[in-house]
Amino acid sequence: MAVVDYQTEQQPAEIAREDVNINDFAIIVATPNGSGSQTANNTILRACFNMGIPVTGKNLFPSNIKGLPTWYSIRLSKDGYQARRHKRDVLVAMNPASFGDDLQSLEPGGICLYPDDSRQELSRSDVTYFPMPVKELVKNSGVDASLRDYIANMVYVGVLAHLLGIEVAEIESALNKHFKGKQKAIASNMNVVNAAVAWAAANITTQSPFRVERMDKTKGMIMLDGNAAGALGSVFGGVSFVAWYPITPSTSLVDALNDYLPELRINKETNKPTYAVVQAEDELAAIGMIIGAGWAGARSMTATSGPGLSLMAEFTGLAYFTEVPCVVWDVMRMGPSTGMPTRTGQTDLISAYFLSHGDTQHVCLLPSSIKECFEFGWRSFDLAERLQTIVFVLSDLDLGMNQWISEPFEYPTEPMDRGKVLDADALTAVGDWGRYRDVDGDGIPYRTLPGTNHPKAAYFTRGSGHNQDAKYTERSDEWVANLDRLARKFETARTIVPTPITVNEENATIGILSYGSNDPAIIEALDRLREANINAAYQRVRALPFTKEVGEFVAKYERIYVVDNNYNGQMAQLLRMEYPELAGRIIAVASCDGLPLTARWVTESVQKGEA
Amino acid sequence: MATTKATPKPKINLLGFEQGEYKGAPSTLCPGCGHDSISSRIVSVCFELGVQPYQVAKFSGIGCSSKTPAYFLGRSHGFNSVHGRMPSVATGAIVTNRNLVGLAVSGDGDTGSIGMGQFKHLVRRNVPMVYIVENNGVYGLTKGQFSATADIGQKLKYAGLNELPPIDLCAEAIIGGATFVARSFAGDPRQVEALLKAALSHRGLAILDIISPCVTFNNHEDSTKSYAYGKEHEERLHDMTFIRAQEEITVDYEEGEAIPVKMHDGSTIVLKKLETDYDPTNRVAALSRLDAARENQEFITGLIYVKQDNNRTIHDLLHMDEQPLSHLSAEQLRPTKEALDSVLADLY
Repeated sequence: MAVVDYQTEQQPAEIAREDVNINDFAIIVATPNGSGSQTANNTILRACFNMGIPVTGKNLFPSNIKGLPTWYSIRLSKDGYQARRHKRDVLVAMNPASFGDDLQSLEPGGICLYPDDSRQELSRSDVTYFPMPVKELVKNSGVDASLRDYIANMVYVGVLAHLLGIEVAEIESALNKHFKGKQKAIASNMNVVNAAVAWAAANITTQSPFRVERMDKTKGMIMLDGNAAGALGSVFGGVSFVAWYPITPSTSLVDALNDYLPELRINKETNKPTYAVVQAEDELAAIGMIIGAGWAGARSMTATSGPGLSLMAEFTGLAYFTEVPCVVWDVMRMGPSTGMPTRTGQTDLISAYFLSHGDTQHVCLLPSSIKECFEFGWRSFDLAERLQTIVFVLSDLDLGMNQWISEPFEYPTEPMDRGKVLDADALTAVGDWGRYRDVDGDGIPYRTLPGTNHPKAAYFTRGSGHNQDAKYTERSDEWVANLDRLARKFETARTIVPTPITVNEENATIGILSYGSNDPAIIEALDRLREANINAAYQRVRALPFTKEVGEFVAKYERIYVVDNNYNGQMAQLLRMEYPELAGRIIAVASCDGLPLTARWVTESVQKGEA
Repeated sequence: MATTKATPKPKINLLGFEQGEYKGAPSTLCPGCGHDSISSRIVSVCFELGVQPYQVAKFSGIGCSSKTPAYFLGRSHGFNSVHGRMPSVATGAIVTNRNLVGLAVSGDGDTGSIGMGQFKHLVRRNVPMVYIVENNGVYGLTKGQFSATADIGQKLKYAGLNELPPIDLCAEAIIGGATFVARSFAGDPRQVEALLKAALSHRGLAILDIISPCVTFNNHEDSTKSYAYGKEHEERLHDMTFIRAQEEITVDYEEGEAIPVKMHDGSTIVLKKLETDYDPTNRVAALSRLDAARENQEFITGLIYVKQDNNRTIHDLLHMDEQPLSHLSAEQLRPTKEALDSVLADLY
């Protein structure tokens, strides 16, 4: 379809301001995977952010290097909602393979941008179409042929800028940030953006019913993905040893560590790293290494996802039972099995909590924002060393790999807690010690590090039965005493892990309990429910084991809707197990379709229950 | 075999420790087990060399052999980890504290089967430590299954006939890039001691594959991993003398009769040739000699391969600072608030 013909069909029309949707709509960009659309999409996102508009970007991508359909959704929300939005208003249809489905997914009244050489059937009459001369504009830009495919995406950036009113100066500023000031790259991209804007100004006369307008809601805010935030937090927690094996969606967490560590952890005198990052041969080795490192006195961590977590099961039991501090980030994805590796889900809550054979249970931290990824990044080490145990941080793909806006991270508010470690002087002072004695009554023993220069420092670490002096035992009484102490230690953990955040309790008649990246959807759903005259209190659990506040919350409301992004309702199951007398009031609201939850789904699920 | 003169052992060593201070808990292995003999060798060698016991970290996996670190060097930290995956634990610990003297004990099941992957990667990373495989060709704790190092045609009461070819851990180590690879026999204590001393002086990973008979399950007459077989068939490639850095070389040998190998710490091993033309610094020759031994079912022992130049350990490969990670102060661990502000400045 020729551009000119198209324009003669559709007469330009002025849309009344009250009919224009300003800063409250969702853009979906459909591209083939590997076509380099990430730069273009980040540019749009960042430009809107720079214009002060609350915005979130989510990458929905396949487990594939090149070719399969991928989508990037950008939600603008003047009210500051950050959850995935079910509705799609603006479609940039760059992928012929998914064009039909993409078009069907648009809301009535939506707009659709597509390359003008696309031979797709424009099957909907309730949508406004904007064909773009992508090939022509790219060709005219004079960019090197090898880069054409990548830079082609800048055409939709330019056309969107014109249609929606995204400021070109902010696009340039976003590109400047993206290319870290590399002028050549910025110029060649801006060249295409400017050409596309000029073309659109000259040729598009139809007004878009969706517009952006400058606000001041992102002032002082930062934008980052959860994996980078977790990595940064870990660096400020003093991580010194990292062992890992690549697995989506956790890889970018280690990539970020590899970015930040050389900047922040170099010995200025010798110009050498004061850390080590080892790419292991598999997850079995990765966790083995961090256990060895934690045992020897390093703050050590790994990052993985479901399949890797399964492989780490045996070693997790060893860390638990030998009481070695270390931190495992599990950036969760869809299971069972390989599942959908590039789709999000809170799928490992139960498996992480109880990981390994025998009677094991672990401290799990549940960040819900990039700010908490940062905070739990450093706090996890304090907890691991204080409790002398393996600590899991359960993030997920949505939180970890997508861009979120946030208040700036706070520098750690507490000094580093290295836990109960006896050095040579302390050993001389105490005279007598045993590795697994409960001296303080909190179940947490004292440890020494290998290489401590003292005749009494040494002890033998073993996953087999051991008594309080770390000697081998198969005696029932010693075995039970040790497990009793571990149980006491877990009760101590319960008193020092992050407590839940509870909101909206006034006039509430029901409770909603959730965790992690479900938070934005629930925050938005609370407002929607209130509009429907349902007042729900909301508790966001931030750690396992449950602190006393969780039990109190569950006891307070007759119906507790427990929102999970997994199939079985894993948090609901844990709650029923922990509070059997209250199990009847726990209603599982669980979804597992590979996508982040929406406020609409949460609202409707609760409404259904309340009907 | 040439050795230093048999003088009575001094009561205390260079560091002022008595030999008893290098002992561990009483062994719970079967009386006569080859592993106990190796533990004794470790005790006497560490005593003789004056190894600082507080700086030693012992590592093991799972199995009879992996129990032994409890039976020597009781003043040293030890970590008895999981089956076959001790190399990763040791890697983490040694990378964290480069001052530690790593001493690892594994078995043929632990290394040759479940731990083969980690073994190969340990070699590849050249984690500086001594790695002993106490190799008896059989799974003892589970009552007598073949391990992957059992020779073809071997018979066991429980497992019957072995028809699978054996894995040669020395060959695997050399192919993987190891820079110190030795094979010995628990029934040849003097050689074991000489090799242990050399291994402790090596810069990088030192692999010792020591045939260590299982008296309960695999010590019958027709077993190639028995005491009797070892004593009868052991073919030493050379007589070894270990000479400490500060000692004078007093071993007599004619030019061409022996190879003196200078170790990283200044000590020397003099390898007096028993087998003409065997050169343990030649990697390809070492592999072909191992292959010939396999072909002819020869039980060769000695320092099979050694390389002293340009050995880059994992600390070198990671370009690490000299200060151990375990010794960093809170100030060194946590970057400043200004550093955080500067990172955040890019995110607005």
